[in-house]
Amino acid sequence: MDVIIENLPLYWEGLLRTLFLSVVSGIIALIVGTLLAAARVSPVAALRGFSTVYVEVLRNTPLTIAFFFAAIVLPRLGVTFQQFEVAAIIALSAYTAAFIAEAVRSGVNSVPLGQAEAARSIGMAFGQVLSLIILPQALRTVIPPLINILIALVKNSSVAGAFFVLELFGYGRQLANAHGDQVMTVLLGVAFFYLLLTVPLGILASTVERKVAIAR
Amino acid sequence: MTSVLYDVPGPKARRVSLIGSVAGTVLIVGLLAWIVMTLAQQGIFEGRRWAIFTRGDVWMLLGNGLGATLSAAAIAAVIAFPLGLMLCLLRISLIAWIRVPTRVVLEFLRGMPVVLMMLFVLLVFGTSPFIAVIAGLVLYNSAIFAEIIRAGIQSLPKGQREAGLTIGLTSFQSRMLVELPQAVRRMMPSLVAQLVVLLKDTSLGYIVAYGELLRAVQVMADFLGNAYLFPIFFVAAAIYIAINICVSRIAVWIERRGSNKAAGGVAKAPTAVVAPELPEVREPK
Repeated sequence: MDVIIENLPLYWEGLLRTLFLSVVSGIIALIVGTLLAAARVSPVAALRGFSTVYVEVLRNTPLTIAFFFAAIVLPRLGVTFQQFEVAAIIALSAYTAAFIAEAVRSGVNSVPLGQAEAARSIGMAFGQVLSLIILPQALRTVIPPLINILIALVKNSSVAGAFFVLELFGYGRQLANAHGDQVMTVLLGVAFFYLLLTVPLGILASTVERKVAIAR
Repeated sequence: MTSVLYDVPGPKARRVSLIGSVAGTVLIVGLLAWIVMTLAQQGIFEGRRWAIFTRGDVWMLLGNGLGATLSAAAIAAVIAFPLGLMLCLLRISLIAWIRVPTRVVLEFLRGMPVVLMMLFVLLVFGTSPFIAVIAGLVLYNSAIFAEIIRAGIQSLPKGQREAGLTIGLTSFQSRMLVELPQAVRRMMPSLVAQLVVLLKDTSLGYIVAYGELLRAVQVMADFLGNAYLFPIFFVAAAIYIAINICVSRIAVWIERRGSNKAAGGVAKAPTAVVAPELPEVREPK
């Protein structure tokens, strides 16, 4: 226990860094993912194709590969980052965006057909149908899966710890190396701080799910 | 292709859409060309850099890495699935002091990064990286399998369990003989999709120094020099993505087949067997 209390500032710092990575990547991924989903259902064939290929490839890429690419391959190709956080955010948001796009698309499919037909019959164009009628309803129904994706994002941000970014996992690894005799306590501490982030999100997801279920 | 989201395009809309398509294609091709140009300036496309793939030992190392990846995934999946079934049974047990602790354990496992579990096993138990990778994958995925199967059981009509109990099965027998087989079949697409996640997560072995595909890339790049990093990485990533896409396709295929079967099953099911062929009854003599 003493190890955790002694190094509480370090844990706290790591927690904030993990939170920072997750929030920034989460926001970028939400925006990019929604745009990808919109492209996926758009009348323009090239956009549909691009979105499909992007989602298919990124969803089937291991996150470690994405990180390896952003943090190790890109710098050696001449694209250097001032901070590795940038590489981590690129990898995390590019990866998560694919999953968000899939979730939003399934939400779009779940909106009753009549909604789109009604919107079209009063003369709305595709952009209006999507942004004013379909997406607001679609996003509401996919809030629980989106929260689950964000939980996965928080957990996935731990991979950044292995690629030169000091966040919760990174600090944990450092502490574990420094306190070889108390590895178990150190790592259980890290686990506790991860749960501090993921469990409330999980409860939020199931609460929202229940509310949506009642509303329907 | 028509969609409910927009009108069937007329001549003007078709023209706009065509222009959009062309512009989009040009943009994407331009972006790709820029990337290729940047890469070419780094000398990525020089023949000598790709010539390493004519060497057998490069392929052998890649093959070893791939073998390590696949074997870890296969072993983990084989252990995690029965464990997940068991956890699921404990999770829905009628006895509170079994159900509640199991639920806490499952929540704990699901809220944990997999790589943290791998590191935990590696450092705390001092195992080999291979064991650590498998243990991490098993712990995490059995929890997920348990939740998937539980969702399957909950989605069954209540009558299934009631019927099971009515014909005199015990609660456990009803779970094993009536509910689980249906739940597993119903959740097959999700289970296979989770296999893709498991396969992807083996790459986390890179972090705990397990000699899987990505580690093989790193080792070769360190040995052969930076110049070869990109070609090797490119090939390894392509292998990974190709395998995962194949497994994902299988999941989609199972889902489609399952739904076809269900639809066809109801539609084609005979309403009544009019004249069942009775076995010839011999008059007792």
